[in-house]
Amino acid sequence: MPPRDGAGPRQRPRYFPLRRIRQLPQAVRDNGGVHQYRDDGVVLRTQKLGEADRIVTVLCRTTGRVRAVAKGVRRTKSRFGGRLEPFTHVDLMFHSGRSLDIITQAEVIRPYGAPLGGDYPRYTAGVAMLETAERLTPVDKEPALRQFLLLIGGLRALGEEEREPRLVLDAYLLRSLAVAGYAPALEECARCGAKSNGARLPAFAIAAGGMVCASCRPPGAASPSPQTVALMLALLQGDWEAAGRSERRHRVECSGLVAAYLQWHLEHSIRSLRHVERA
Amino acid sequence: MYEGVIQHLIDELGRLPGVGPKGAQRIAFHLLAADPEDVKRLAAALVEVTERVRFCRTCGNVAEADECRICLDPRRDLSVICVVEEPKDVAAIEKIREFRGRYHVLGGAISPIDGVGPDELRIRELMTRLSDGTVTELILATDPNLEGEATATYLARLVKPMGLRVTRPASGLPVGGDLEYADEVTLGRAFEGRRLLDV
Ligand SMILES: [Zn+2]
Ligand SMILES: [Zn+2]
Repeated sequence: MPPRDGAGPRQRPRYFPLRRIRQLPQAVRDNGGVHQYRDDGVVLRTQKLGEADRIVTVLCRTTGRVRAVAKGVRRTKSRFGGRLEPFTHVDLMFHSGRSLDIITQAEVIRPYGAPLGGDYPRYTAGVAMLETAERLTPVDKEPALRQFLLLIGGLRALGEEEREPRLVLDAYLLRSLAVAGYAPALEECARCGAKSNGARLPAFAIAAGGMVCASCRPPGAASPSPQTVALMLALLQGDWEAAGRSERRHRVECSGLVAAYLQWHLEHSIRSLRHVERA
Repeated sequence: MYEGVIQHLIDELGRLPGVGPKGAQRIAFHLLAADPEDVKRLAAALVEVTERVRFCRTCGNVAEADECRICLDPRRDLSVICVVEEPKDVAAIEKIREFRGRYHVLGGAISPIDGVGPDELRIRELMTRLSDGTVTELILATDPNLEGEATATYLARLVKPMGLRVTRPASGLPVGGDLEYADEVTLGRAFEGRRLLDV
């Protein structure tokens, strides 16, 4: 921590010279001070803290990803109840703290987790979405509105019974990668930019950034079937009708490619992907 | 910072759950001021617990022998197993003196985000216990949160071919509270688990 001149704003006397008062707003933002803010967000993860508290990671609409403490939330008589469970879209009031902010109020907007507990494949797909959302928003409190909206859309689709959960997950992964600037090239060569023009690109090269033409193909690149590539494109574009017509073997191949592509670009494994079940 | 052994004690105490640096310091100085005989008894209890307590080979509960006292008790009903996450859940259910069957401690709940899948829990051991047909009812008493719920769902699906009676304790409104203060998730569960009032 950089050395600070004098005490925090809480201890500042009221008769400060004008020059110091001008600095006050910045100082308030720097060390938290007494500062409240309100935002809505999706609970991504909770971790136990001490006897009865939890650290709750929330992807907020305006603030971005926030880690905050919910005090006493693990007690059965906690006023938070089940409001701060993962997947819940909540309206929150925060109190800025020195290291972590503190959640002082929570109201449920929509409990996206409610239909998941009783459906294991849907639950595991959902957890992989939450983990990915956390990984794609690595900086604390950096606004990530598009990631937030995409997650809300993904969770809503996951709750719809007619949708195959793994397909919803793969669509979410592809689109959140695209928002983060890592959309895989599917219609032109990722290396030289040659358009497929109806003729098919023969290989998928993860490190190159997607499909590649015959002359750019690096050794060891995968050779997915054209239907699999078409499925990836449909999922990326949100064409559920086309995606819904795909065959199981192409879905399986698509999931494998998306998982490998995601984890290569994140430079990190998504732990929950290993546990995702296909319905 | 303090001198050598005192700081060492404070550091060790500070690693306990729920004990912060200030608390550790307070406990350390309390121990220094206490009757040395009391402190020696505490030290002996700490050593004894690490030497003597292990996990029951049948149910995974804490035990002082190969099996815990519940598994060794011939009066317990062998046809019912109550599945819980942690040994402390066994203690909590034992306190209500309602359940006469035996337990199975999973060692946690399925939590894919933490890398904990079915293989990381004592699920294979549970399946082995169920295989000889003695057990006819399974109570899935994992925590009433999403991970506990998903774990119960996974287990219910896994044992389905065995044709057991599978139940889950109702979760719902806290006794002594007002309905209007219940959150939507709790209230939703309470409605799902409602029972017939047969008067
Ligand atoms: Zn090329
Ligand atoms: Zn036992």
